[in-house]
Amino acid sequence: MRILVCVKRVPLTGGKMVLTADEQALETRHLGFTISPHEECGVEEAVRLVEHHGGEVTVLTLGPAEAEEQIRDSLANGGDRGVHLVTGGEEWDPQATAAAVVETVQEEEAAGGGFDLIVFGNESADAGNYQVGIRAAYALGRPIATGLKGLSVEDGRARCEQEVPGGRDIYELPLPAVVSVLEGINLPRYPSVPAKLRARSKPVESRSPERPAPKLEKLRLVVPPGQGKQAEILGNGPEAAPAVVDVMRDLGVT
Amino acid sequence: MPVLALIEPNEELSLQALSLARDLGQPIHAFAVGEAHVELGAYGVQTVHVAEDERLSAYAPAAWAACLEQLIDRIEPTAVVAAGTSRGNEVLGHLAARRNLPFAANCIAVGSEGTVTRVRWGGSLLEEARIDSELKILSVAPHMVEATTVNGGVANVETVQANLDDGEFVVRVIEHAETRSAGISLAEAKVVISGGRGVGSADGFGMLEELAGLLNAAVGCSRVVTMAGWRPHTDQVGQTGTKVAPDLYIACGISGATQHIAGCKGAKKILAINSDAEAPILASADYAVIGDLAEVVPAITAELRKAQSS
Repeated sequence: MRILVCVKRVPLTGGKMVLTADEQALETRHLGFTISPHEECGVEEAVRLVEHHGGEVTVLTLGPAEAEEQIRDSLANGGDRGVHLVTGGEEWDPQATAAAVVETVQEEEAAGGGFDLIVFGNESADAGNYQVGIRAAYALGRPIATGLKGLSVEDGRARCEQEVPGGRDIYELPLPAVVSVLEGINLPRYPSVPAKLRARSKPVESRSPERPAPKLEKLRLVVPPGQGKQAEILGNGPEAAPAVVDVMRDLGVT
Repeated sequence: MPVLALIEPNEELSLQALSLARDLGQPIHAFAVGEAHVELGAYGVQTVHVAEDERLSAYAPAAWAACLEQLIDRIEPTAVVAAGTSRGNEVLGHLAARRNLPFAANCIAVGSEGTVTRVRWGGSLLEEARIDSELKILSVAPHMVEATTVNGGVANVETVQANLDDGEFVVRVIEHAETRSAGISLAEAKVVISGGRGVGSADGFGMLEELAGLLNAAVGCSRVVTMAGWRPHTDQVGQTGTKVAPDLYIACGISGATQHIAGCKGAKKILAINSDAEAPILASADYAVIGDLAEVVPAITAELRKAQSS
């Protein structure tokens, strides 16, 4: 199988949201970065499918030069090669992101053959637009199932499972197809040191697409009210137990 | 100018979406699959369009979006609105892709000239954005807008003769597998007791389970715990897990990353048990006990047992 998996670099936000002075972004000077959680599971799912069926996993990201870190992390976890659409760090809206992904898919497929499966995260941790995968699927004329917690491939079809109240809904898609997955579909592996070293020499190709004007335009970010409550300290250590039980009684939950 | 709203079957969140729909224009037209909802009049809906097509008996996102498209051509609305549920966001994503129009997911307010306020980071951050298109497509973030009624009468019901190509049903639910749940669910429990890194191990959750047994509570955990494999992902409370809204949420050994707070901020009261008096969780909690949870939790269990038996 040839699988393309799309990942996004996002900050590890920690305990508090702090904005830059122009209110256009999170202040990330003191933050680390990671792959958006659903997509981390997308990489793992793609790698497992290829381990089972044979083939190749290509990892694609659209992001600043530093996002190569997230491609290398994905390659350390079993991806074979990377494609990096390098941006100047500004945000791309979902339509522009999907268009850049589609253009890359078409170029990659013309050069190396079709992808059986394109894997997205259901929504990014930061912007949470819930649509890039769907737009890409339509532009490519392929079926898409979203929000998956289970995925298997057999006889040219993808069996897709969604968690819904009371059980699971099952879909079956003919390949080639597009899917978006949720964290919990698997437990991603931790890369070994040799795998991290190998990832350094795996091929990563970079391109610099032009950013179109946004149709969903971010004006500014706002930290919602309510951050910075002060908890009432009921006590220290086990001696606080009676006070805790009093609170439970007052809330009517005992 | 009219507004078109997608109504999902048995979905309270669709009623919340109608509150925001009324801020966008009127009259409100609703699209519902399968059932006629005359009671939607109380939420300001003038006409409910019901699609009757045997093939719609199982969920098929492209087919739902195709129905919305046909109604858009007829009603010419200024906006299309749905609840920010899995299906609501999916169907509007399909609609936006089909029309190549922008789509703003999980909005909580609308302003003038196409501006909206939407949630990012699972609600830990807000974004003011502008939708650059005549037809505005947007979903409404769950539990951020109240479902209010108006002095409306009974809604008219019209049957939609949707002309749906078989291709719209390629992606369709073909099977529903029931899962038997053991015990009370995170989403329903009145008390949720969650453990984080501070619990120390999978075995450490035993003391949380014991306390939960006395309170008929559900046991949850933070993302660190599921990534370590101590608990299944179905127990995770957070932005990428379950969002809970109990009367009391007890966070044991959880630092309070925004990823976690996004899942528990709906709780009426939050009690943090943490050895670090400076942990960020204290800025989101109502009550706190500072101390080693391995001592504090068993002490609460013993105290509660005493109180319950007297």
